[in-house]
Amino acid sequence: MLKKMKKNTKNNLITYAMVTAAFIIMQLLISVGAVSSLLEGLMVPLCTYIVLAVSLNLVVGILGELSLGHAGFMCVGAFSSAFFSKCMRDVITAAPLRFFLAMLVGIAVAAVFGVLIGIPVLRLKGDYLAIVTLAFGEIIKNLVNVLYIGKDSEGFHFSTKDVMALDMAPDGTVIVNGPQGITGTPKDATFFIGFLLILLTLFIVINLTNSRDGRAIMAIRDNRIAAESVGINVTKYKLMAFTVSAALAGAAGVLYAHNLSTLTANTNNFGYNMSITILVFVVLGGIGSIRGSVIAAVVLTLLPEVLRGLSDYRMLIYAVVLIVMMIFNWAPGAIAWREKYFHFGKNKRGAGK
Amino acid sequence: MSFISYLINGLSLGSVYAIIALGYTMVYGIAKMLNFAHGDVIMIGAYAALISMTQAGLSPVIAILIAVVVCTVLGMAIERIAYRPLSKASSTLVVLITAIGVSYLLQNVALLIFGANAQTFPTVIQWKGVSLAGGRLNISGETIVTIAVCLIIMAALITFVQKTKSGQAMRAVSEDRGAAQLMGINVNGTIALTFAIGSALAAIAGVLLCSTYPSLTPYTGAMPGIKAFVAAVFGGIGSIPGAFIGGILLGIIEIISKAYISSQMADAIVFAVLIIVLLVKPTGLLGKKIQEKV
Repeated sequence: MLKKMKKNTKNNLITYAMVTAAFIIMQLLISVGAVSSLLEGLMVPLCTYIVLAVSLNLVVGILGELSLGHAGFMCVGAFSSAFFSKCMRDVITAAPLRFFLAMLVGIAVAAVFGVLIGIPVLRLKGDYLAIVTLAFGEIIKNLVNVLYIGKDSEGFHFSTKDVMALDMAPDGTVIVNGPQGITGTPKDATFFIGFLLILLTLFIVINLTNSRDGRAIMAIRDNRIAAESVGINVTKYKLMAFTVSAALAGAAGVLYAHNLSTLTANTNNFGYNMSITILVFVVLGGIGSIRGSVIAAVVLTLLPEVLRGLSDYRMLIYAVVLIVMMIFNWAPGAIAWREKYFHFGKNKRGAGK
Repeated sequence: MSFISYLINGLSLGSVYAIIALGYTMVYGIAKMLNFAHGDVIMIGAYAALISMTQAGLSPVIAILIAVVVCTVLGMAIERIAYRPLSKASSTLVVLITAIGVSYLLQNVALLIFGANAQTFPTVIQWKGVSLAGGRLNISGETIVTIAVCLIIMAALITFVQKTKSGQAMRAVSEDRGAAQLMGINVNGTIALTFAIGSALAAIAGVLLCSTYPSLTPYTGAMPGIKAFVAAVFGGIGSIPGAFIGGILLGIIEIISKAYISSQMADAIVFAVLIIVLLVKPTGLLGKKIQEKV
C-alpha cells in the first residue's frame, strides 16, 4: 500500500513538474521573442482547453459516464463572470481582485448548474445520459443567445426578445446583447493566471481521485451494484464528481471570457462542437489519465496551428491523424501488431476499462 | 388553417428526421455504436445528387440513384476502414471518437472539393403540390413527396427486418452478437449491410432535406444529424418504429414552437422536450426496458 502511494505521488509530481516546465519554457521563449504572436495568443485558450479536458476526465474517466455537454458549463461560467466583470468594471478597479471575484462567480454559477443538471441527468445511464447532457449544453447555448440584459438607474432589465423590449431609461446600457453577446469584458486573463488555474485543477482532480471519495467514485464506475451494496451513496458521489467537473469547466469559461473582448455563444466555442473537441482530448489522452488529457490537449490544440502552412489541408490532416491514432491505439489488431514488433506496449494495461 | 399547414410542414421535416434517425437507430441496434458521421453522409449524398444534376445534367431520378450508390459505398467503406478494426476495442468511447474523426474528415473533404459557399440545390420535385380549402391551405409537392417517401421507406424497412433472412440475421445480431455468430450468421457481413442501408437512407434524406431547404454547405448535415440522433433516442434507440415516431414528433414540435413560441428558442424547446421524455421514460418512448442482472 505504502509503495503504491509513493508511486502515485511520484506520478502526480511528474505531472505538476511537466506543466511547470512547459510553462517556464514557453514564458522564456515568449520573453526572448522566439514565439509568433499567433502562438502567443493561443496560450490562454490552451490553458482553457487543458482545464476543460482535465475536468471532463473526472466525469468520463473517473466517474465513467459520457458527457457531451461540457461546453455548456463553460458557457455558464464564461457569461456569468463576464457579466459580473462588466458590471463591476468601474466599481472594482484592481484587475486581479476583480478577476478573482469573477472567477468565484463563474465557478459558483457553474457548480449550481452542475447540481441542477446533475440531479435529473444522473438517473439515466450510458448513451441516454450522453444525449441529455448534449441537450442541456445546446439549451444553455440557445438560451444565452436570446438573453438580453440591460442596466440603467432603476436597476437591471431582462428580456428574451430584443434590445427595445428591455424598456430602459435613456442612461441605460446593454450588457448582454443576445446573439452579439457581451462586449467590452476586461481582458484580465493572462498566461500566468491560466497556468495557476491548470495547477489548481490538477491539484483538485488528482487529490479527489486519490481520496476516499475518489475511490468511492471509481467503485461506482467499476460496478455500481457492488458499490451500492457495500454502502456507497451512489447519487451523492456521482453528483459530487459531476459538480466538481462542472465548477472547473466554469473556471475555464471565466478564463476564456476574460481573454476576449467580445464574448458570443456559437456552435464552435460553446456548443456541441466544443464539447466534442474536449472529449477528443480526453479519449485520445487516455480515458482516466490526467496527464494524458493535458498532453492531448496541448498536442491537438497546437497541431492545427503547426499545420497552418498547409492552410486548407490542416483540418483534413487533423481528422486523418485522429482516426489513425484511435485505430493505432485501440484496435485489437493494431495492439497485437505493436506488441509483436515493438515491445513498449507491454506494460500498458487497458487504461480505458 | 395556419395550424394545419404548420402541422403538415412539421410532418415533412419530421419525415426527414425520421429517415435519418432510422440510419442511426439501425446502426446502434446492431453495431452498438453511435455513428456521429451519419449526418455528414447526408451532406455527401446531397452533393452527389447536386453534382449529377448541375454538372452532368442528369435527370433527378438518376441523380438520386447516384447519390444512393455513392453513400452506400461510402458508408460501407467507413465501416470497413474506420469502425471494424475497433469493433472489439475495450471501450465504446473509442469508436465514438473515431466516428467524430470520420465526421471531420468528410466535412473537410467536402470543404476542399466544393468550397465553403452555400450552393443552391435545384428542385428535384417538379410537382406544384395541391391546394385545399379554396386556396387557403397550400401543400407543396416537396412536402407530400417527403412524407410519402418516409412512409414507403418505413414500411419497406419493417418488412425487410421482419420477413427476410438478412433482416432476421440483423435482429439476431442485435439481440446477441455472440450467439448469432455461433448460429452461423455472418456478423461482419450483417453489420456492413446495416451500414449500407443506413447510408442509402441518408442519401435519400439528404436529397429530400435539400429540396425543402435548398442551401447546401459542407456543414449542412451536422445539425439535422444531431436532431435525428435526438429523435432516435427520443423514440428509444435501437427501435425502428421508435425512430419513426421520434422523428415525426421532433419535426412537429420544432415547427410548432418556431411558429408559436419563438423561432430562436425552437432548438432549446426541442431539447427540453427530449429531456422531459427521458426523465419520465429513461429508455425513450418505445425503448426496451433493460433488466439489470447482478
